[in-house]
Amino acid sequence: MKNKYSVFLKKIRKDPYMCAGVIITGIILLMIIVGLFWMPYEPTKMNAAEKLKGISFKHIMGTDNMGRDVFSRVMYGSRVTLLIALGTVFIGAFVGTIIGALTGYYGGIFDEVTMRVIDAMFAFPSILLALVIVSVFGTGWIQLLVSLGIAFIPSFARIVRGEVLRCRNTDYVESAKLQGVSDARMIFAHILPNIKGVLASSILIGFNNAVLAEAGLSYLGVGSQPPYASLGKMLSDAQQYMFTTPSYCLCPGLVIVLMVLGFSFLGEGIRRWE
Amino acid sequence: MSEDKVLRASNLNVFYKNRKRKLFSKNKKIQILHDVTFDMEEGEVLAIAGESGCGKSTLARAIVGINKDYTGELKQKYEGPQMVFQDPYSSLNPSKKIGWLMEEPLKVDKKRKWTKEERLARVKEVMKEVELPIEMMDRYPSQLSGGQRQRVCIGIALMRYPKLLIADEPVSALDVTIQSQIMELLRTLHKKLGISIIFISHDLRVVYQISDHVMIMKDGKIVEHGKTDDVYRNPQAEYTKKLLKAAGIRK
Repeated sequence: MKNKYSVFLKKIRKDPYMCAGVIITGIILLMIIVGLFWMPYEPTKMNAAEKLKGISFKHIMGTDNMGRDVFSRVMYGSRVTLLIALGTVFIGAFVGTIIGALTGYYGGIFDEVTMRVIDAMFAFPSILLALVIVSVFGTGWIQLLVSLGIAFIPSFARIVRGEVLRCRNTDYVESAKLQGVSDARMIFAHILPNIKGVLASSILIGFNNAVLAEAGLSYLGVGSQPPYASLGKMLSDAQQYMFTTPSYCLCPGLVIVLMVLGFSFLGEGIRRWE
Repeated sequence: MSEDKVLRASNLNVFYKNRKRKLFSKNKKIQILHDVTFDMEEGEVLAIAGESGCGKSTLARAIVGINKDYTGELKQKYEGPQMVFQDPYSSLNPSKKIGWLMEEPLKVDKKRKWTKEERLARVKEVMKEVELPIEMMDRYPSQLSGGQRQRVCIGIALMRYPKLLIADEPVSALDVTIQSQIMELLRTLHKKLGISIIFISHDLRVVYQISDHVMIMKDGKIVEHGKTDDVYRNPQAEYTKKLLKAAGIRK
């Protein structure tokens, strides 16, 4: 096992994308994990005396318009953003994979109908789709997570369907059929392991889109509600102070950029492993 | 009444669907085999030879049950005929280890439940039969050579003690030295296990090495069928003569 681990490390070190991805994502995750146990200030605690301060030793990312410490809020907010993005991708990838695998494997009229529904979902921008769902179920981060998750199903279903189609007619599937492998076992034990690379990198790309979509939707005010923060919400709050206190909007923005960058490097690294 | 022949096909017509993607056009069927009638004795090695596209593989796929779209009769003495595919590079699942692949036929066996120990013992036994070192169980197909892969394919086919093995051009994708090794293996297995083998090939020299009966096919019909020696020494059909001449066996 130790040998396997060191081979893994070596592989990471050899690929610059993977390397950068691991480091950047590591920093973000470290910040979030530390934030679970300790934050320099209470993220919701206001302090009228220290409104809109710039970067200083006391507040390393400055303070916002209500005197709250931006760094603490970023720590908390990136936790919320990460959670929403993870949940979104989980729902999208899980449901999307099952739909894609079934439609790709069975084909026929079932495939035809499902894919037209997926096409119809594709026709809406995912943010718009999520907005519609949020407006039905109300605002809040759980609603946001579920609606983004649903909006992410089509892209995963598409990708998985294509890959399953590619695998379905190969000799090894045929030979497994000959041995009497059941359909479910064929899909999950024989075909899916062959598309795990594609799936892994599209999960990471999907993760990026989810971070951005969360930021976008929070910016529009349907995400987490005050006084709690998410990165997108902080950006939208900060925009009117953009010129007076640039640190207030730059810092959450920078964290969003790092998060997306880290995961897209990881995705690229995994893709290059194949 | 029990069947004395391993395989008996009478008036077999096999079709393929030609799927047209136009809205109102009907699916057209293409007939590949026309009135194929033959039988096969227990323990026989029957070679099916003929040019590409003459329906050799179609016949094989109908026998093992991949293609169920046929009319006529296809009687088999034993259940579960197995098949070795032509291309050993695409017929092994690239994301699974050899041990897993060989275990799979036992895991999905509907006739009997195999315990983990039994499965492992059987895998080891078969690996010995196909002359592969046991350590290869932990390798992925991509780490094996073409000949080794074809041995694995043969092993997978043998796992559940089939009585009839169909080898669809098993050596065409391999180079000549490896070809003879695989042929040797098939011959040994035939002797040792007493299985009947249908050997499909377009190479008449290879056919001569292994078969005791040969069936020449052209355009989905049987042109000639008989003992290999008789057919090679004294071919009846024009087409057989032409084939033998092309292979450089007859002048």
